[in-house]
Amino acid sequence: MPGWLSAGLAIQASYFVTAVLFIMGLKRMSSPVTARSGILWAGAGMAVATLVTFLYPGMSNYGLILPAMLVGGVLAWWSGKRVAMTDMPQMIALYNGMGGGAAAAIAAVELYRGETSGYVSGSLAVAGGIIGAVSFAGSAIAFAKLQGLITRSIRFAGQQILNLALLGATLVLGALVAAHLNAAAGVVTGFFVLSLVLGITMTLPIGGADMPVVISLYNALTGLAVGLEGFVLNNAAMIIAGTVVGSAGTLLTQLMAKAMNRSLGNVLFSGFGDTGGEASGTVTGSLKPIEAADVGVMMAFASKVIVVPGYGMAVAQAQHKIWELVQLLIDRGVNVRFAIHPVAGRMPGHMNVLLAEAGVPYDLISDLDEINAEFETADVALIIGANDVVNPVARTDKSSPIYGMPILNADKA
Amino acid sequence: MTGMVALYIFMLAAFTGYEVISRVPVILHTPLMSGSNFVHGIVLVGAMVALGNATTPLEKVIGFLGVLLAAGNAVGGYVVTERMLEMFKSSRQRGGTKGTH
Repeated sequence: MPGWLSAGLAIQASYFVTAVLFIMGLKRMSSPVTARSGILWAGAGMAVATLVTFLYPGMSNYGLILPAMLVGGVLAWWSGKRVAMTDMPQMIALYNGMGGGAAAAIAAVELYRGETSGYVSGSLAVAGGIIGAVSFAGSAIAFAKLQGLITRSIRFAGQQILNLALLGATLVLGALVAAHLNAAAGVVTGFFVLSLVLGITMTLPIGGADMPVVISLYNALTGLAVGLEGFVLNNAAMIIAGTVVGSAGTLLTQLMAKAMNRSLGNVLFSGFGDTGGEASGTVTGSLKPIEAADVGVMMAFASKVIVVPGYGMAVAQAQHKIWELVQLLIDRGVNVRFAIHPVAGRMPGHMNVLLAEAGVPYDLISDLDEINAEFETADVALIIGANDVVNPVARTDKSSPIYGMPILNADKA
Repeated sequence: MTGMVALYIFMLAAFTGYEVISRVPVILHTPLMSGSNFVHGIVLVGAMVALGNATTPLEKVIGFLGVLLAAGNAVGGYVVTERMLEMFKSSRQRGGTKGTH
């Protein structure tokens, strides 16, 4: 049947083009100069893949597919357009959780039908199902925490044992589902319910400060889940895109955890701040109350000023005013630089985005390694709404929760 | 495709992802995380196939939710990534103020 064959060929060719566009897009997104074209390339790839999937042989239910796409797409478009730049991290968590939920839904459809073609395929569907469901529930909790819907980190004794028990029970049910391809619907339901509960109980005890790492981890997990379901559906575009995101996201998670001086195990299995009970220690150095006018004079007559912005500045929406101030200083011939700590804002690079929003050119912005030596030659360090990232305690006080975290040497200015 | 070929694809894609990210400056970490979040929105394709082959009401309900969530992932991921990266474009046009790069 030639029509069938050409449709199959068109789909395979289009998925190939999509995979190339995705990888090229991600590559372009890794440089500030080409970053914007990168998302356009990836977007083109997504459009091609989505359109060509309508040609899939043997598809029905178009009356359900189109409304679902429309509702999900319009809601996401609307929310994505109006969210403030400071709230980006939780929106990424939300959209990422939706992807994880979709991967789990694919697994659920395949497993309820019980027609996965063999044990390998069944195991892959189960693995993608648990990872996707955990990512879905966990990302929802992460979103609720960053959005301020959940304000407390819920912890109790034996919590980790409970989580381990939940994980064990989920894996047992998953093995049952994978081993008996026609498992009773009740077992499949139990498996997914336990996976969702596991995602919730895993994420609840994690404090807000660690959330960026967790969101990045769930981003990688969703990628992996998508890749696994790609194997189940024999869909090359899903396999490649999911796996690329899975490995890239894992590396990104490690980079973030390292920048925050937290190991991944620490983030997942201990509450943040548990060690910082006795942060006493006498404060050395002097705190001089200073008038705004004096600050202005100091900076106007300085030859080199380094601005250290923190999340506090972003919450106060002060970045536009700061940029106006900096422009005035530049006009006076002052050498102004921005020093960004890797975790300034809520995740690595978040502060760069916020400054870019205010119009600060990215060549004035330096990161920790580039600028730390320059503090000694700077006349003024202007610290706005930042605290931990310039706290010298991280160099000296071993009982401090931020001990050992690389900091900006602002106290040396 | 056979299991072995699938395994090779998996390995090569994993290395590709690692390599593509490893040279990224900190300045682009958040946009890139958002961008990779958009890329796994390709799950939409799988969700469409799953719903397209669904027969029982239960499968249809789950498949419907899957497509809805996947579309949200893809569209939302694109919109927020595009919004973030748009700012980098404007900074390039203005560029050359007092750069050290």
